Amino acid sequence: MTIDHAATSGHLADIGHDPAEIDKHVRVYITVFVALMALTIVTVAVSYLDLSTPMAIAVALFIATIKGSLVACYFMHLISEKRLIYAVLGITVFKFVVLMILPVLTHSNGYWIP
Amino acid sequence: MEIPYTYEVRRDTGLTSGKIGIWLFLASEVMLFGALFASYILIRSGAPSWPRGDTILDVPMATFNTIVLIASSMTMVMAWASLMRRQFGKFRIYMGATVLLGGVFLVVKYFEYSHHLHLGEYPRTNNFLAVYYTLTGLHMLHVIGGMAVNAYFWGPGAKLYKTNPVWFTNRVEHSGLFWHFVDLVWIFLFPTLYLL
Repeated sequence: MTIDHAATSGHLADIGHDPAEIDKHVRVYITVFVALMALTIVTVAVSYLDLSTPMAIAVALFIATIKGSLVACYFMHLISEKRLIYAVLGITVFKFVVLMILPVLTHSNGYWIP
Repeated sequence: MEIPYTYEVRRDTGLTSGKIGIWLFLASEVMLFGALFASYILIRSGAPSWPRGDTILDVPMATFNTIVLIASSMTMVMAWASLMRRQFGKFRIYMGATVLLGGVFLVVKYFEYSHHLHLGEYPRTNNFLAVYYTLTGLHMLHVIGGMAVNAYFWGPGAKLYKTNPVWFTNRVEHSGLFWHFVDLVWIFLFPTLYLL
Protein backbone atom coordinates (compact mmCIF):
# COMPACT_ATOMS: atom_id res chain seq x y z
CA MET A 1 0.00 0.00 0.00
CA THR A 2 1.29 3.45 -0.78
CA ILE A 3 0.42 6.61 1.05
CA ASP A 4 -1.41 7.85 -2.03
CA HIS A 5 -3.86 5.02 -1.67
CA ALA A 6 -4.20 5.79 2.00
CA ALA A 7 -4.54 9.49 1.28
CA THR A 8 -7.68 9.02 -0.80
CA SER A 9 -9.84 9.67 2.21
CA GLY A 10 -7.23 11.75 4.02
CA HIS A 11 -7.78 10.27 7.48
CA LEU A 12 -4.99 9.47 9.91
CA ALA A 13 -6.60 6.12 10.61
CA ASP A 14 -5.96 5.18 6.99
CA ILE A 15 -2.19 5.58 7.20
CA GLY A 16 -0.70 2.14 7.49
CA HIS A 17 -4.01 0.60 8.45
CA ASP A 18 -2.55 -2.82 7.67
CA PRO A 19 0.58 -3.25 9.85
CA ALA A 20 1.12 -6.76 8.45
CA GLU A 21 1.47 -5.35 4.96
CA ILE A 22 3.92 -2.67 6.13
CA ASP A 23 5.91 -5.40 7.90
CA LYS A 24 6.00 -7.32 4.62
CA HIS A 25 7.35 -4.22 2.88
CA VAL A 26 9.99 -3.76 5.59
CA ARG A 27 11.16 -7.37 5.11
CA VAL A 28 11.57 -6.62 1.38
CA TYR A 29 13.56 -3.46 2.21
CA ILE A 30 15.90 -5.46 4.44
CA THR A 31 16.40 -8.08 1.72
CA VAL A 32 17.14 -5.35 -0.84
CA PHE A 33 19.57 -3.68 1.58
CA VAL A 34 21.49 -6.95 2.09
CA ALA A 35 21.54 -7.55 -1.68
CA LEU A 36 22.89 -4.03 -2.30
CA MET A 37 25.66 -4.54 0.27
CA ALA A 38 26.59 -7.91 -1.25
CA LEU A 39 26.63 -6.47 -4.77
CA THR A 40 28.87 -3.61 -3.60
CA ILE A 41 31.40 -6.18 -2.38
CA VAL A 42 31.05 -8.07 -5.69
CA THR A 43 31.65 -4.81 -7.63
CA VAL A 44 34.91 -4.16 -5.78
CA ALA A 45 35.99 -7.84 -5.95
CA VAL A 46 35.43 -7.99 -9.72
CA SER A 47 37.61 -4.90 -10.19
CA TYR A 48 40.57 -6.92 -8.87
CA LEU A 49 40.13 -9.57 -11.59
CA ASP A 50 42.39 -9.26 -14.59
CA LEU A 51 39.65 -8.39 -17.09
CA SER A 52 40.07 -6.48 -20.32
CA THR A 53 38.80 -2.87 -20.12
CA PRO A 54 35.64 -3.46 -22.26
CA MET A 55 34.79 -6.57 -20.20
CA ALA A 56 35.46 -4.75 -16.89
CA ILE A 57 33.20 -1.87 -17.99
CA ALA A 58 30.46 -4.28 -19.06
CA VAL A 59 30.56 -6.25 -15.79
CA ALA A 60 30.73 -3.14 -13.57
CA LEU A 61 27.83 -1.47 -15.39
CA PHE A 62 25.81 -4.71 -15.32
CA ILE A 63 26.16 -4.95 -11.53
CA ALA A 64 25.47 -1.21 -11.13
CA THR A 65 22.32 -1.61 -13.25
CA ILE A 66 21.08 -4.44 -11.00
CA LYS A 67 21.79 -2.32 -7.90
CA GLY A 68 20.15 0.74 -9.43
CA SER A 69 17.08 -1.30 -10.43
CA LEU A 70 16.75 -2.62 -6.87
CA VAL A 71 16.85 0.91 -5.46
CA ALA A 72 14.39 2.24 -8.06
CA CYS A 73 11.95 -0.68 -7.89
CA TYR A 74 11.81 -1.20 -4.12
CA PHE A 75 13.13 1.84 -2.24
CA MET A 76 11.50 4.23 -4.74
CA HIS A 77 8.42 1.98 -5.09
CA LEU A 78 8.57 1.92 -8.88
CA ILE A 79 7.45 -1.70 -8.86
CA SER A 80 3.94 -0.54 -7.95
CA GLU A 81 3.63 2.98 -9.31
CA LYS A 82 0.91 4.72 -11.29
CA ARG A 83 0.83 4.83 -15.09
CA LEU A 84 1.61 8.55 -15.33
CA ILE A 85 4.90 8.05 -13.47
CA TYR A 86 5.81 5.19 -15.83
CA ALA A 87 4.99 7.46 -18.80
CA VAL A 88 7.25 10.23 -17.45
CA LEU A 89 10.05 7.75 -16.82
CA GLY A 90 9.56 6.05 -20.20
CA ILE A 91 10.20 9.36 -21.98
CA THR A 92 13.15 10.04 -19.67
CA VAL A 93 14.74 6.64 -20.30
CA PHE A 94 14.34 7.07 -24.08
CA LYS A 95 16.04 10.47 -24.01
CA PHE A 96 18.73 9.18 -21.64
CA VAL A 97 19.53 6.30 -24.02
CA VAL A 98 19.77 8.75 -26.95
CA LEU A 99 22.12 10.88 -24.85
CA MET A 100 24.34 7.85 -24.15
CA ILE A 101 24.33 6.73 -27.80
CA LEU A 102 25.45 10.15 -29.09
CA PRO A 103 29.09 9.87 -27.94
CA VAL A 104 29.27 6.27 -29.17
CA LEU A 105 28.02 7.35 -32.62
CA THR A 106 30.48 10.25 -32.65
CA HIS A 107 33.31 7.86 -31.86
CA SER A 108 32.31 5.23 -34.43
CA ASN A 109 31.91 7.93 -37.07
CA GLY A 110 35.66 8.34 -37.07
CA TYR A 111 35.50 11.81 -35.57
CA TRP A 112 38.31 11.01 -33.18
CA ILE A 113 40.44 9.12 -35.69
CA PRO A 114 43.10 11.43 -37.17
CA MET B 1 -5.20 30.07 -2.10
CA GLU B 2 -4.59 26.50 -1.06
CA ILE B 3 -2.43 24.31 -3.27
CA PRO B 4 -4.63 21.50 -4.64
CA TYR B 5 -3.92 17.77 -4.25
CA THR B 6 -1.24 18.03 -1.57
CA TYR B 7 -2.52 15.03 0.35
CA GLU B 8 -5.67 13.93 -1.47
CA VAL B 9 -5.07 12.22 -4.82
CA ARG B 10 -6.36 13.40 -8.17
CA ARG B 11 -9.03 11.07 -9.48
CA ASP B 12 -7.67 11.09 -13.06
CA THR B 13 -4.02 10.32 -12.26
CA GLY B 14 -4.35 8.63 -8.88
CA LEU B 15 -1.44 10.79 -7.70
CA THR B 16 -0.82 13.84 -5.56
CA SER B 17 0.70 16.96 -7.13
CA GLY B 18 3.83 16.51 -5.02
CA LYS B 19 4.39 12.98 -6.33
CA ILE B 20 4.15 14.06 -9.98
CA GLY B 21 6.30 17.09 -9.22
CA ILE B 22 9.14 15.14 -7.61
CA TRP B 23 9.21 12.58 -10.44
CA LEU B 24 9.32 15.34 -13.08
CA PHE B 25 12.16 16.92 -11.14
CA LEU B 26 13.99 13.58 -10.94
CA ALA B 27 13.49 13.16 -14.71
CA SER B 28 15.31 16.47 -15.22
CA GLU B 29 18.03 15.27 -12.84
CA VAL B 30 18.48 12.10 -14.90
CA MET B 31 19.13 14.28 -17.94
CA LEU B 32 21.53 16.52 -16.00
CA PHE B 33 23.68 13.62 -14.83
CA GLY B 34 23.13 11.88 -18.19
CA ALA B 35 24.65 14.85 -20.02
CA LEU B 36 27.69 14.72 -17.74
CA PHE B 37 28.03 10.93 -18.16
CA ALA B 38 27.80 11.36 -21.95
CA SER B 39 30.52 14.03 -21.76
CA TYR B 40 32.64 11.66 -19.70
CA ILE B 41 32.24 8.88 -22.31
CA LEU B 42 33.13 11.33 -25.07
CA ILE B 43 36.21 12.66 -23.28
CA ARG B 44 37.39 9.21 -22.23
CA SER B 45 36.84 7.50 -25.59
CA GLY B 46 38.60 10.36 -27.34
CA ALA B 47 41.63 10.39 -25.05
CA PRO B 48 44.83 8.67 -26.27
CA SER B 49 45.17 7.10 -22.82
CA TRP B 50 43.06 7.14 -19.67
CA PRO B 51 44.16 6.16 -16.16
CA ARG B 52 42.29 3.51 -14.16
CA GLY B 53 40.43 5.19 -11.34
CA ASP B 54 41.97 2.96 -8.67
CA THR B 55 45.49 4.15 -9.57
CA ILE B 56 44.57 7.72 -8.54
CA LEU B 57 41.55 7.51 -6.24
CA ASP B 58 41.06 5.86 -2.86
CA VAL B 59 38.88 2.77 -3.47
CA PRO B 60 38.45 1.68 0.21
CA MET B 61 37.28 5.19 1.13
CA ALA B 62 34.80 5.24 -1.77
CA THR B 63 33.61 1.71 -0.93
CA PHE B 64 32.96 2.87 2.62
CA ASN B 65 31.01 5.85 1.28
CA THR B 66 28.97 3.54 -0.98
CA ILE B 67 28.02 1.46 2.07
CA VAL B 68 27.16 4.65 3.99
CA LEU B 69 24.86 5.92 1.22
CA ILE B 70 23.11 2.56 0.81
CA ALA B 71 22.61 2.41 4.59
CA SER B 72 21.16 5.94 4.48
CA SER B 73 18.70 4.85 1.79
CA MET B 74 17.64 2.03 4.08
CA THR B 75 17.12 4.36 7.06
CA MET B 76 15.23 6.78 4.79
CA VAL B 77 12.77 4.14 3.64
CA MET B 78 12.41 2.96 7.26
CA ALA B 79 11.60 6.55 8.30
CA TRP B 80 8.75 6.56 5.80
CA ALA B 81 7.61 3.08 6.86
CA SER B 82 7.58 4.28 10.49
CA LEU B 83 5.18 7.07 9.56
CA MET B 84 3.02 4.54 7.73
CA ARG B 85 2.91 2.56 10.99
CA ARG B 86 2.11 5.78 12.88
CA GLN B 87 5.34 5.48 14.89
CA PHE B 88 6.53 9.07 14.98
CA GLY B 89 9.30 8.38 17.52
CA LYS B 90 10.87 5.79 15.25
CA PHE B 91 10.53 8.16 12.31
CA ARG B 92 12.67 10.71 14.18
CA ILE B 93 15.32 8.08 14.88
CA TYR B 94 15.49 6.82 11.29
CA MET B 95 15.37 10.30 9.76
CA GLY B 96 18.06 11.48 12.18
CA ALA B 97 20.19 8.50 11.17
CA THR B 98 19.69 9.37 7.49
CA VAL B 99 20.92 12.93 8.05
CA LEU B 100 23.86 11.69 10.11
CA LEU B 101 24.87 9.15 7.45
CA GLY B 102 24.72 11.96 4.87
CA GLY B 103 27.08 13.88 7.15
CA VAL B 104 29.46 10.90 7.34
CA PHE B 105 29.49 10.76 3.52
CA LEU B 106 30.45 14.45 3.37
CA VAL B 107 33.21 14.08 5.98
CA VAL B 108 34.76 11.19 4.02
CA LYS B 109 34.48 13.27 0.84
CA TYR B 110 36.21 16.17 2.61
CA PHE B 111 39.19 13.92 3.48
CA GLU B 112 39.24 12.57 -0.06
CA TYR B 113 39.24 16.02 -1.66
CA SER B 114 41.79 17.43 0.81
CA HIS B 115 44.14 14.54 0.06
CA HIS B 116 44.04 15.23 -3.68
CA LEU B 117 44.27 19.00 -3.32
CA HIS B 118 47.24 18.56 -0.94
CA LEU B 119 48.98 16.56 -3.68
CA GLY B 120 48.32 19.41 -6.13
CA GLU B 121 45.69 17.42 -8.01
CA TYR B 122 43.23 20.07 -9.16
CA PRO B 123 40.41 19.93 -11.73
CA ARG B 124 42.73 21.73 -14.17
CA THR B 125 45.48 19.12 -13.72
CA ASN B 126 44.06 16.66 -16.27
CA ASN B 127 40.80 15.50 -17.86
CA PHE B 128 40.39 12.59 -15.44
CA LEU B 129 40.48 14.90 -12.41
CA ALA B 130 38.23 17.43 -14.16
CA VAL B 131 35.61 14.72 -14.71
CA TYR B 132 36.12 13.38 -11.17
CA TYR B 133 35.66 16.76 -9.46
CA THR B 134 32.71 17.75 -11.68
CA LEU B 135 30.72 14.55 -11.22
CA THR B 136 31.46 13.96 -7.54
CA GLY B 137 31.13 17.71 -6.79
CA LEU B 138 27.66 17.90 -8.36
CA HIS B 139 26.68 14.71 -6.56
CA MET B 140 27.95 16.16 -3.28
CA LEU B 141 25.79 19.26 -3.78
CA HIS B 142 22.81 16.92 -4.14
CA VAL B 143 23.76 15.17 -0.89
CA ILE B 144 23.88 18.56 0.87
CA GLY B 145 20.49 19.55 -0.61
CA GLY B 146 18.91 16.24 0.40
CA MET B 147 20.35 16.52 3.91
CA ALA B 148 18.92 20.04 4.29
CA VAL B 149 15.42 18.87 3.32
CA ASN B 150 15.63 15.76 5.51
CA ALA B 151 16.90 17.81 8.46
CA TYR B 152 13.95 20.17 8.00
CA PHE B 153 11.49 17.27 8.14
CA TRP B 154 13.30 15.86 11.16
CA GLY B 155 13.11 19.22 12.94
CA PRO B 156 10.76 22.19 12.33
CA GLY B 157 8.94 20.61 9.37
CA ALA B 158 7.73 17.73 11.57
CA LYS B 159 5.14 20.05 13.12
CA LEU B 160 2.92 19.26 10.13
CA TYR B 161 2.55 15.68 11.41
CA LYS B 162 0.33 16.94 14.25
CA THR B 163 -2.10 18.75 11.96
CA ASN B 164 -1.95 16.70 8.75
CA PRO B 165 -0.08 13.39 9.07
CA VAL B 166 -1.02 12.22 5.58
CA TRP B 167 0.48 15.31 3.96
CA PHE B 168 3.58 15.02 6.14
CA THR B 169 4.00 11.36 5.23
CA ASN B 170 3.70 12.27 1.54
CA ARG B 171 6.36 14.95 1.95
CA VAL B 172 8.72 12.49 3.60
CA GLU B 173 8.09 10.01 0.78
CA HIS B 174 8.97 12.70 -1.79
CA SER B 175 12.17 13.75 -0.01
CA GLY B 176 12.96 10.03 0.21
CA LEU B 177 12.58 9.67 -3.55
CA PHE B 178 15.18 12.40 -4.01
CA TRP B 179 17.50 10.80 -1.46
CA HIS B 180 17.25 7.38 -3.16
CA PHE B 181 18.01 9.07 -6.48
CA VAL B 182 21.19 10.53 -4.96
CA ASP B 183 22.10 6.99 -3.84
CA LEU B 184 21.29 5.64 -7.31
CA VAL B 185 23.58 8.17 -9.01
CA TRP B 186 26.43 7.21 -6.66
CA ILE B 187 25.87 3.51 -7.47
CA PHE B 188 26.88 4.36 -11.07
CA LEU B 189 29.53 6.96 -10.21
CA PHE B 190 31.45 4.61 -7.91
CA PRO B 191 32.44 1.93 -10.45
CA THR B 192 32.80 4.28 -13.44
CA LEU B 193 35.12 6.72 -11.66
CA TYR B 194 36.90 4.65 -9.02
CA LEU B 195 37.17 1.14 -10.42
CA LEU B 196 37.46 1.35 -14.22
